[in-house]
Formats: sequence, structure tokens, C-alpha cells
Amino acid sequence: MTDAYLAIDGLTKAYPGVVANDGVSFAIAPGQVHALLGENGAGKSTLVKMIYGLVKPDSGQMKVNGTPFEPANPHAARAAGVAMVFQHFSLFDALDVAENIALGMDNPPPMRELAKKITDVSEAYGLPLDPTRRVGNLSAGERQRVEIIRCLLQNPKLLIMDEPTSVLTPQEVEILFKTLNKLSAEGTAILYISHKLEEIRALCDHATVLRLGKVVGECNPREKSARELAEMMVGQTLHTPSRDYAEPGEVLLKVENLNLAPADEFGTRLRDISFELKAGEVLGIAGVAGNGQDELLAALSGERTTAPKTITLEGAPVGRMGPNARRAVGLLAAPEERLGHAAAPEMSLTENALLTGDIRENLTKNGFVAWGKARDFAASVIKAFDVRTPGTETAAGALSGGNLQKFVIGREILQRPTVLVVNQPTWGVDAAAAAAIRQAILDLAAKGAGVICISQDLDELMEVSDRITAITEGRLAPPRPAKGITIDAIGLMMGGAHDMEEAHPEEAHV
Amino acid sequence: MSLIRLEKRPAPSRLFSALTPLMAVVATMIAGGIMFAILGANPLEAIRTIFWDPLFDPQFGPYSRPQLLVKAGPLILIATGLALGFRAGIWNIGAEGQYIMGAVVGAGAGLALYPSESPLLFPLMVLAGALGGWAWAMIPAILKTRFGTNEILVSLMLVYVAENILASVSSGLLRNPDGMGFPGSRNFRRDFPAASNTEIIENTGMHWGVVAAFIAVILAYVLMSRHKMGFAIRLAGEAPRAARFAGVSPTRLIIFCLGTAGALAGLAGLFEVTGPAGQISIDFNSGYGFTAIIVAFLGRLNPIGILLAGLLMALTYIGGELAQLMLGMPAAAIQLFQGMLLFFLLAMDVFANYRIRIGTPEVAK
Repeated sequence: MTDAYLAIDGLTKAYPGVVANDGVSFAIAPGQVHALLGENGAGKSTLVKMIYGLVKPDSGQMKVNGTPFEPANPHAARAAGVAMVFQHFSLFDALDVAENIALGMDNPPPMRELAKKITDVSEAYGLPLDPTRRVGNLSAGERQRVEIIRCLLQNPKLLIMDEPTSVLTPQEVEILFKTLNKLSAEGTAILYISHKLEEIRALCDHATVLRLGKVVGECNPREKSARELAEMMVGQTLHTPSRDYAEPGEVLLKVENLNLAPADEFGTRLRDISFELKAGEVLGIAGVAGNGQDELLAALSGERTTAPKTITLEGAPVGRMGPNARRAVGLLAAPEERLGHAAAPEMSLTENALLTGDIRENLTKNGFVAWGKARDFAASVIKAFDVRTPGTETAAGALSGGNLQKFVIGREILQRPTVLVVNQPTWGVDAAAAAAIRQAILDLAAKGAGVICISQDLDELMEVSDRITAITEGRLAPPRPAKGITIDAIGLMMGGAHDMEEAHPEEAHV
Repeated sequence: MSLIRLEKRPAPSRLFSALTPLMAVVATMIAGGIMFAILGANPLEAIRTIFWDPLFDPQFGPYSRPQLLVKAGPLILIATGLALGFRAGIWNIGAEGQYIMGAVVGAGAGLALYPSESPLLFPLMVLAGALGGWAWAMIPAILKTRFGTNEILVSLMLVYVAENILASVSSGLLRNPDGMGFPGSRNFRRDFPAASNTEIIENTGMHWGVVAAFIAVILAYVLMSRHKMGFAIRLAGEAPRAARFAGVSPTRLIIFCLGTAGALAGLAGLFEVTGPAGQISIDFNSGYGFTAIIVAFLGRLNPIGILLAGLLMALTYIGGELAQLMLGMPAAAIQLFQGMLLFFLLAMDVFANYRIRIGTPEVAK
């Protein structure tokens, strides 16, 4: 392609033990919205880091407008017109919007001028943002706007967006897409990284699919179904979880007026949370990260305790009990963070099986660990959930995200919970493992257990839930039947207090 | 690209984890040798005097061999207790104070009953010694669990408090009434046999403190590898959130680890003061509580490793004294030599987590 803005040819980068990118080639034309599609570990991040000058390729070449492009650092990349919005923001909470933007610029104009420019750009692209607001008080969506505007002020020719929607509500996603479409119409090329297939189908006009560091296909995502894209990504046919809707049974878990102060200043306070969970039911809890999901899981798992009657399991008060006492009565949990919370990364799978399996699987006797039994339990989890690992003595941290997640979820399910609480069960997990985990959740409910599934992935919630609710700033919306609910309706439940209008900088913040 | 690069290993190398103590000893010998050469001594002779002569020299061996156990005993006993806490991320660096208080309380209990000849007297003193160390360690433990204070600071500062208590009782409360006004308590070995910690086997240095150290090593090994508490300790050290998720109570863990370390240090103090030191005096303690921190890390916080590290450290002590005597080395040079050992051990840890690559990186195709 001669009219390409950026052309990449045979880019290769190897890390110890893994080839992150293997001869990757593609081209982006001006104004094109180009999706980079692939599972976790497919090499998307490495590729864009090379384009942005953060990582040096081992071989291969890049060309910008036909001239060789070898950025030694992000500064050089920006000088060539490449800008990037990272998945994780690098903003200072204590500074205001304009100050933060000035910090990220190579040659910031005087503050007053900058503030005016910010307002201009934010109005021109429909991104509401007040330059004098303190970043600490902004929502995730607004923080992202700070990053985007910082990029736009540099008049980029290519804008790289790494998983931009993972922290946004559906309404905020819509605003973002309008901005991106406008940019593309003006001739800015956009490289859009995501594994959310519906988004890519809605936004992008070209997609490059990566698998294990190699380009395995290019297509126009609008001409493919989400399933076809997923199968290109995974390289195998996927099966969709299936379930029989059954009448829910009696109430298993009841939470009444759960209020919980955050454990530290960064936590979220839980406010007046009340709900019931029936036998055979999956209750889906949507919400943008940081709205109290971790705190809710901790309150249910027993890591945080409350007044006894706040939480009852089959009528018995459990609020005062610690994690092991709750396990004993059948209330089990799988936290979001696999490494360091649900599992100890440097310990073997056997030891990680003991971590939660001690009580229900009788893995200790008089205080002494029955390592043989622990190993057998770990082996049964590995077998039942198809965990790919050399053996039970492998360190948990050496497993891929999907395999460790299967182990973590499997470890709880094999303990036959009465109620299981899972937080982001398929976060960062490859599509095949995610499907297996969702099926396991459905099977567990079909056997009469109650499951609470906390997730940011709305498609996942629609797939597994009987009823859906959302958590926003520590409050839970009243659950609604999942049948017939729309993504928009969930979005409104989870949007809650955040401003949704397009350009309205004076919006009061609750 | 530079020619020598460090490259992170996918997983820590087990081989190098086991090898680093040996590599650290060799590196210490080389760097120490250079230092001795600068000080004007023959480096080979100095190294031989420190590592070989105490054990095998026909002239000094018979005297210094028993000293090996005498010195290693308290180091191992204290380090074993400290390592439990270190594994859990609980940093008790005040073992010296717990050791002193164990000695003061244990010896005080015995001296209060002077001149009893009951066979129960010594066991009672052992118990009192452990209790003294335990109680002293409970101060940082309770302050930490109740008020969230930093155990590093509190335990360390209590060492200086303990030293002042020691100075006070050795010239006051516990002073030998028949000592003609000199500071220091009655000498247990000379004046009070029923309360003294005698050698079990003549001329081996094997006293009850050494026996206690061996028992502590075995119990600690079983605790860490077989018991739920050992698992909780490791889990809390490696992944504190996972430990809480597994139902491990941080409070109980802090009380257990500090308490055990304190009790073992207290035992070491009691055995020392009633045996090798002989009496409570202002300076009986000789810093075992601090050196034990080095021993704990040199032994990789593993009970068996601590056993070997304690013996090695004792050897450098004895050999160091010999080098002072024979080669006129300053005492500071010997301390520097011991410091090098810890320095190199920590530095060598790099090889467990990284590998060295020489030449430009190859491109995988």
C-alpha cells in the first residue's frame, strides 16, 4: 500500500521464552479505524509499544509516509505524529486537568492559553471536560478524556487506543465512539486495540487479527459476525454456553442493609445493599471497576465482617463469621485478582488447593497438612476443569491467566458450594477458557446452588444471569429479570451518578 | 546493546537459590582476602586462620572446636525463631533485647531461690527465661496489633531499654551480695551448680542450649513443611491478601511469630548466662541477637539452612578471634568480613532471579 500513513513490515520481538511478535506486517491508511484484535498474550501490547517507541523491535521495519520510522522513545514517536492513550492512566490526582495535560506535553503553552485550547478541543470533539477540575474528583471516563485531549492537542496523525472501553459505561462508550468517528473523518488514523468484538464491529473498518504473535488474518469486521471474529482470534470453533432455565428455589442467601466503611482511603463504601439469592439462580452484578465490587466480595467471603444478621445463609446469620467459618457452611468465593488474592503466585497448585480447600475437603488433621490429599484435590481440579499445567507442583504464577482462572473457579466449584460468589470470572481470560468458566457457573446453578457473578462484561452477564443488577458507588440497583433486558438498560443502572451528556462541563458531581 | 546483560528468568532458579550461599562464601573469601592483603597480612594465611585452623589446627583445634557449638547454639536458636517472622513479613529485629530479658528473668528466678538444690530449679529457670523473652516480644506484638505501630522500630528500641535494665540489675537487684561490691550476679557455674547450664558431654561444647537449638530446628522444620501454621506463615509472607482470603488472622500470626521468636531468644539468653557467660553482667550478651539476623538470612530462612549458617557464622567468630590473636588483625576487620558475607549473599540473589547473557541478544525467528 503506497498511500498508507504507517506501514509495518516483518516486525519481530522476542522475550525470554516467548516470541511476542513474529514477522508482523500491516498498514494503516489516513482516516482508517484499524482494529488490532487478539486474545491476551497474542502480542497486541508489544506491537503498539514498538510503534510508540517504548520497545525496540529485534528486526523488521516501520515506515511513516514512506520514510523509515525507528522511534527511539515515545518523544520521537510523538514528533512523528503518533499518540497513544494507555489502558492505565498516568494522571496525578492532586493536580487539575490543565496541569496534568501540561505535564504530558513536550512543550506546553502558558496555562491560560492551554486551558482555552482544552476547552476548544473538548467542545470540538464532544468530550466534556473542565480544565480547572481536580483529576482526583473525575470518573474513569472523564480521566480517559483527559488522556485523549492530551493526545489531540498534539495534532496526531495516528492515535493508538489500548483497551479504551474497559473502564467506561455503555453511554460513555458511545460518546467516545462519536469522537473517534469525527477524528477519523478528519483524516486521523486510529489503531484500536480491544477484545470486545461488538465494539470493533461497530467502530472499525479494518481489522488485523493476531494469534500467538503472528498475523493470522485481516478482514473488514463489519462483514463478519462476532463469532467469526472470535474464532479467528482463538483459532478454533467456540461453543456457546447453554442452559435450561429452571424455576428458582427457596432463598439461600439474604443480604440486608449492608453498610461497610472502606478498608482504606482508596476503597469504596458499601451503602444499604440488600438482595436475595435463590437456589438455582445466577445473579449478575454489573458495574464499572472501583464501584464497590471488591468490597462486596470481601463482605460476602468473610474477609470483612459485619453484624451477624446482615448476611444470612439459609436463614442462619453468617455476617460475623470469617472466611473459613463461611466456607464450612457453604458460602464460597473467588476474588477478581488471581495473583496474590485468589491464589499465591509463587506457591504450587497443591498449596493453592489447600488455600481454600482446607475446611470442606478435610485437607488438615490436628493442624497438620495432609499433603497427599491436597495434591489429589489439586489434581482433581486440574482434571475436571482442563487446566493446562505440567503438574500439581507447578507454581500458580507460571500458569496463563485463563488456566489459573479455571483452577481458581474450579477449586471452589468442586467444593460443592451452597452459594458461590465470583468477581470478574473471565477477566483477561482467553475466549475458550471464558466459555468453559461460564458453562461451569451455569452447571453449578443448574444443580441447585446460588451464584453471584460480579462482572464488567455485560455480554457475559446477559449470557449467565437470571437476574441482573448493577453496583454504582457502593449502591446496588434493584435486580431485574435478565430475560429481555437490554444493554442500554443495564448501562443506565450502572451509569448512576456519572454525567452522561455529551458536552456539559458544569455537570454537578455526586 | 551492551555486551553483558541481565535477563529475567521466567521462574527463580532452584539451583541458584541453593548455590548462592556457597557462592557468597567464596566471594567473601576473595574480597576478604584482598582486604587482608591491603592490611598487610598474607591473604591465604588469613583465610586459613579463619576457616581452617579453628577446626583442624593441632594447637588451637582442641580449644576452639567446642567453642563452635557454644557460639552456634544461641545463634541458631534465635535465628530459627526470627526466620518464622521473616517468612511471614514480620520484622522483629529486637531479638537482642528479648535475649537479654530472657537471661535477666530466668537468672533472676534462679537467684531468688538461691541456694536451692532442687532438680526442678533449672527447668523452672528455663521456663522463666522463655517467658521473659516472650513477654518482651509481646510489647511490639501488642502495639502492632492494637495500634498499628511498626514492629521494626519498637522491637529495636526495646533492645536499648533491655540493655539499660541489664545494666541496672547487674549492679543492683541481681548483684552478687558476696561479690564485694563488684557489678555482676553470682557466678552460676562456680557458686550455684543447681542453676547452671553444664556441658552435657565434656569438651564438646554441647550444653543444654545447643540441644534446645537442635530441637528448635527440627520443630521449625516440621512446622514449616507439615503444619497449617507454617503454611499460614509462608502464605502471609508471599501473598498477604491471599492469606486473609484463606482465613489467616494477621493478629494471631503476629502474636505467634513474635512470641515464638521472643521465647527462643529468651531461652538462648538463659542458657548463655547460666552456661558460657556464667553470670549476669553488664556485657554478657555479646550481640548474638543481631548476628542471628544475618544467620537467618544466610540460611535462607530455612531451618536446616540456619543450622549450617549458624555453624559457619560461629566459625568466623572463632576464626576471627584467632586471626586477631595470631595475625594482629583489628577487630573491625573481622566484623567487616562478616558483613561482607551478608552483602554478597544478598547480591548473589540476583542470579536466582536473573541470568547473565553475554553478547548481543539473539533474534528468535
